[in-house]
Amino acid sequence: MQSVKLAASALAIAAVSASAAAARDNVQVAGSSTVLPYASIVAEAFGENFDFPTPVVESGGSSAGLKRFCEGVGENTIDIANASRAIREKEIKACADAGVTDIIEVRIGYDGIVFASQKDGPAFTAFEPADLYNALAPKVLVNGEIVDNPYTKWSEFNADLPDVEIAAFIPGTKHGTREVFEEKVLAVGCEITGAMEAMVASGMSEDDAEDACIAVRTDGKSVDIDGDYTETLARIDSNPNGVGVFGLAFYENNTDKLKVATMSGIAPSTASIASGEYPVSRPLFFYIKKAHIGVIPGLKEYAEFFVSDEIAGPDGPLANYGLVSDPELSETQGMVADETPMGSNM
Amino acid sequence: MTDATYQGGGNGSSLVASDARTKRRNASEARFRIYGLAAIGAGIFFLVVLLTAIVSNGIGAFQQTFIEVPVYLDPAKLDKQGNRNVDDIKKVSTFGYTPLIQAALWQQVQNEGIATDYTKAGDMKALISASAAAQVRDWVIAHPDRIGDTVDFKILAASRVDGYLKDRVSRESIAEDKNIDAGHLDLTDALREAGIVHKGFNTDFIFGSDASESRAEQAGLGVSMLGSLFMMLVVLLLALPIGVAASIYLEEFAAKNWFTDFIEVNISNLAAVPSIVFGILGLAVFIQFAHLPQSAPLVGGLVLTLMTLPTIIISTRASLKAVPPSIRDAALGVGASKMQATFHHVLPLAMPGILTGTIIGLAQALGETAPLLLIGMVGYIATNYPDGVVAGFMSPNSAMPAQIYEWAKRADPAYYERAWGGIIILLVFLLAMNVIAIILRRKFERRW
Repeated sequence: MQSVKLAASALAIAAVSASAAAARDNVQVAGSSTVLPYASIVAEAFGENFDFPTPVVESGGSSAGLKRFCEGVGENTIDIANASRAIREKEIKACADAGVTDIIEVRIGYDGIVFASQKDGPAFTAFEPADLYNALAPKVLVNGEIVDNPYTKWSEFNADLPDVEIAAFIPGTKHGTREVFEEKVLAVGCEITGAMEAMVASGMSEDDAEDACIAVRTDGKSVDIDGDYTETLARIDSNPNGVGVFGLAFYENNTDKLKVATMSGIAPSTASIASGEYPVSRPLFFYIKKAHIGVIPGLKEYAEFFVSDEIAGPDGPLANYGLVSDPELSETQGMVADETPMGSNM
Repeated sequence: MTDATYQGGGNGSSLVASDARTKRRNASEARFRIYGLAAIGAGIFFLVVLLTAIVSNGIGAFQQTFIEVPVYLDPAKLDKQGNRNVDDIKKVSTFGYTPLIQAALWQQVQNEGIATDYTKAGDMKALISASAAAQVRDWVIAHPDRIGDTVDFKILAASRVDGYLKDRVSRESIAEDKNIDAGHLDLTDALREAGIVHKGFNTDFIFGSDASESRAEQAGLGVSMLGSLFMMLVVLLLALPIGVAASIYLEEFAAKNWFTDFIEVNISNLAAVPSIVFGILGLAVFIQFAHLPQSAPLVGGLVLTLMTLPTIIISTRASLKAVPPSIRDAALGVGASKMQATFHHVLPLAMPGILTGTIIGLAQALGETAPLLLIGMVGYIATNYPDGVVAGFMSPNSAMPAQIYEWAKRADPAYYERAWGGIIILLVFLLAMNVIAIILRRKFERRW
């Protein structure tokens, strides 16, 4: 008889699951782990202040989030993708192929990327963009010639830097942060040191030279971290000479363990990033499926709440946590209110 | 048998003095014992290190710093219409409540005559958790007639202040911190003297819900515990009947041929498949094909059922095999049908083994994170209590190990402490399940 009861319970479960596909009443968000803290702060405040349920925010990376975003339209797909980079052409195409046509792009603000080392280790207070290129590139310019990177210590190319072995912990290729690091640090350093010019002069095509500029040496001096900033922090913790790449917000929460490195003499802060003095920053975005607005309750309200002055403004909780607020926030607010999809104003 | 007596002598070996070969054998046995002891010693050493690390890192999460403060519920701010209409009161967001709470604490500081360099209520921000505004707002919405009164609230202190009382934060460690200054810590000391700030047991850590990055002090494991509970229910209700039915058929009824052998080999192989594989399968089958909701404990439970089934089938078959054939033969001999023999005699005797296997399988499923990553149960999810049983299965939730993983990734060091605290709770659950398995086995096991 017991087995009959068990079978009945199993059937009950099956019945529940049959009615599962009924309407979803919470906003579903996925994407960048850099945007996740901000999105979670907004989602929490949204749940507190509105009668809608708290949105669900998953992480997993910008690319994974946008991939899920572009799976199609419907209740079993996500409504919003968070991204720490702009959506790519081929992702827009993938979206369109799956029927996701009207996408609203929302820029929530800027995130600073900082270099930091162990609190008790040597201070890296004299970084120039060229230094990181010299330290990390597989090929550098020495005496006007492109050679395999001969440097093993920071002080070999910048006497102001400490005389310690190069040990850099940079985000792995699956992170959106890596792209910014390549673009704003390595490529810039490549130009400044003249390596780019020398490579083109030596007969490389422009494109090949650009690719060579953002390559990273593979002899163990630079380590790709595929995990989160906590993993980078653990590496720095055990290596007094290590230099790691972090988000500004993460650094500000861990000032007791980390010492920030300055770039061209400017220390990163929300102010120096907003003014553009600190060079390494990137915009953060989220993307909304316009087709879901009006279908998923609270979706538009969440988006409007996210970019409202009291949340994303310079005195809001996001700025307090480490987001550099967008000076053009009011334009974004207008865009969300009018549900203007991408491409309609270009 | 005849008694054999050793005559001695013969080849010159003596019982009293052992020869070289015996010595060697004895020495090798003694060595082996030492290896064994060393292995156990190393095991115990690591266990002690692990438990000490877990307890010392996590115990702090069970304590939390609170601030007792009477808040004046200013009608001019909270109910501008003056009609105590809940819908109008709801229009005031938590941002409208924050200044009231800061003013209330500032008032307390002045009442106590605490000397400080701070000059305005806004400076109190660093001491107060962002959760306080929501706490007061919820209370006001529930008691709109109390607007205009001064009400005592017990609000959470900010995570840095909490860390200071737990010796995680010191004046040196916050030197570069922009969220709090040394002055705030001086103020905390004074408020602690006055009994306004104090540490207490943190029930919200066990029963509360997850909080965002900026409010480590508010985060709790309760909602994800419910998520785990609902998943375990699904696993129990599906894996136990299916697993037991499959094993009974295979063990008692099925013909032994190449096909059943093939099934048997496959079940053993499935037991060794990495759990992430079941996660991918779950994503493809349950979410993308069957359109079940994402992040739902139902889907998590289904995935974990797939993972637990082989474990249950293998242990059930083993305990069915352990029932002596004489029991079956006796039952069949007095005229029972095959099914009666199985259900009346064999299955009850095998039950303790089956239950033990099931509980061990459940404990394994309870600690599983990897498959949950793929079906959307990891992230900022477990924030609302599910309203009702159906919502418990269907509405988005996380699970205990997933919540711990999520906390360990967050930037605020206060979350690190909570991750360890979560491990303590998870271990208590696993321990309890294993104890239940042992008790069941002890109580019902029969030996022949």
